[in-house]
Amino acid sequence: QVSAALKEGRVTPTELCQRCLSLVRSTRFLNAYITVAEETALKQAEESQKRYLRGQPLGVLDGIPVAVKDNFNTAGIETTCASNMLKGYISPYNATVVQKLLDQGAVLLGKTNLDEFAMGSGSTDGAFGPVRNPWSYSRQYKEKSVPKSHSEDEESNWVITGGSSGGSAAAVSSFTCFAALGSDTGGSTRNPAAHCGVVGLKPTYGLISRHGLIPLVNSMDVPGILTRCVDDAAVVLGSLAGHDPKDSTTIQDNFEPFELPDLTDVSKLTIGIPKEYHAPGLSSEILALWSKAADLFKNAGAKVIEVSLPHTCYSIVCYHVLCTAEVASNMARFDGLEYGHRSDMNKSTESMYAATRREGFNDVVRGRILSGNYFLLKQNYENYFIKAQKVRRLIANDFVKVFRSGIDVLLTPTTLNDAVPYMEFIKEDNRTRSAQDDILTQAANMAGLPAINVPAALSERGLPVGLQFIGRSFQEKQLLTVAKWFEKQVKFPVIQLEEVKRLDHAAFQHQKSASFS
Amino acid sequence: QTVTVTVLDHLERLALVDFRDAEGVERLQKAIQFADQLHEVNTDGVEPMDSVLEDRCLYLREDDVTEGNCMNELLKNAKEKVEEYFVAPPGNIPLPKLEERDTFLQ
Repeated sequence: QVSAALKEGRVTPTELCQRCLSLVRSTRFLNAYITVAEETALKQAEESQKRYLRGQPLGVLDGIPVAVKDNFNTAGIETTCASNMLKGYISPYNATVVQKLLDQGAVLLGKTNLDEFAMGSGSTDGAFGPVRNPWSYSRQYKEKSVPKSHSEDEESNWVITGGSSGGSAAAVSSFTCFAALGSDTGGSTRNPAAHCGVVGLKPTYGLISRHGLIPLVNSMDVPGILTRCVDDAAVVLGSLAGHDPKDSTTIQDNFEPFELPDLTDVSKLTIGIPKEYHAPGLSSEILALWSKAADLFKNAGAKVIEVSLPHTCYSIVCYHVLCTAEVASNMARFDGLEYGHRSDMNKSTESMYAATRREGFNDVVRGRILSGNYFLLKQNYENYFIKAQKVRRLIANDFVKVFRSGIDVLLTPTTLNDAVPYMEFIKEDNRTRSAQDDILTQAANMAGLPAINVPAALSERGLPVGLQFIGRSFQEKQLLTVAKWFEKQVKFPVIQLEEVKRLDHAAFQHQKSASFS
Repeated sequence: QTVTVTVLDHLERLALVDFRDAEGVERLQKAIQFADQLHEVNTDGVEPMDSVLEDRCLYLREDDVTEGNCMNELLKNAKEKVEEYFVAPPGNIPLPKLEERDTFLQ
């Protein structure tokens, strides 16, 4: 809708950019952005405006404000990964996905906050502080909150965004941008999408280039897409997917961008309900929502079958080993010599490296590096690392079997609960939390399958709850078509942000309509 | 089974990262305990999986130079440099032994 408005001249790219920037300023308390690139954004908006005036926009994304998670390299803009190790690091190049967005004319507003080096499930462990879920400030959440004494205001009650792409999710959810890039290694795009009530798409591994995405786990990382509706996700996917000679793990098949059909007849669909996803700790609310969704499909004529993915319960353990092992390797590049933080210790190369890394990394990162090195020790390699790789194959095979038996798409919950208050969340350490929160999203990364979170309903506490669809490898069109049908049936409510309403009311009205496609 | 100090020291040297405090060591212990659950799974006859794209051919491009000459940009981010060189402290000096290091493991 916004794209159409830009085309028709009802709003100009610079106006749009300025409104978004002012919204970013007024929602600063959310801490969603680490860096706001005001000058460059306005310049990009001006360029876009000139193109529209000539009647030659580059495409649907021309002039659309977007945000990018701070672990993607952006030329000339600080890229920190929310870590002291990279504070002050100005990337010399654009990640391929960032370049693709810019080539389409998108306006890059800034870099969003995350857990340090994308390790975590709350967006709470970064060097720039935690991200607050915009829904903490929504009327829907406030209405359902237990009234507290006057002194204990919402300052202590705010809920987390989920992670690790929490900043991106919060940015999209609070209307500061129309789409954001995240990354997904264990659920890092879908988890915050569920908690913030936005669409989070994890594409198939190998579809979108990882060149420029600071790697966590090379065999599982993918760039993720966060938008307010499924159609928008399809548009962004269309501009990002495809082979990249700079990333040899992208497949060479031709990718055709697609428009999503408006599905009316679901009778030819077979939806799988994996029973192992009824995990311990799944809230009864979400369980009920999941059932309701299954019924929705059934009543509309689709076949809904219970299936089994027997190794699901081991996916987290397997992930834990493989992730820490790959992290130990990937983090080795941070030695202070070529970029990033460098310690003053000068006695020897090794002691300089050690001091730099001791100063630059937080507990979570250091913990994972050490665990990873442990699993990679000669005496442990076979028992832990190789073993985990074997278990990975079992998990991937589970999915192959299920899809081979005629299932088109799997329907599962995305998270175990709705968003917890920050004060609750920090009571457990990062690893425990990740192990708990990634349980439903992790297996899709193991098997490299596409998965999407669609906001489904509000919980009793007034917070968003999402459901996840997992599709076949490289069948994003089918996956998104089903997701779009579901989204239409569910009619998830728009967030009613109180503080923001005070601001430029017209701007808010414009953006309330949620989509740009 | 707790991890011995020898192994902990070895890890600190390999990783060039410190445990910092008892919590750090505890974290490793818990991680190992957690990972031990893997042994419950029967993986007889199963091949390890490196990548989900294992059935495809890895893309190799032609050995032609398509970009480069960005020395100045690359040097920009380094803290210590001299002309076109990154400057490092003297190498080939091993990390001090456990007794002589400033580490929690002491």
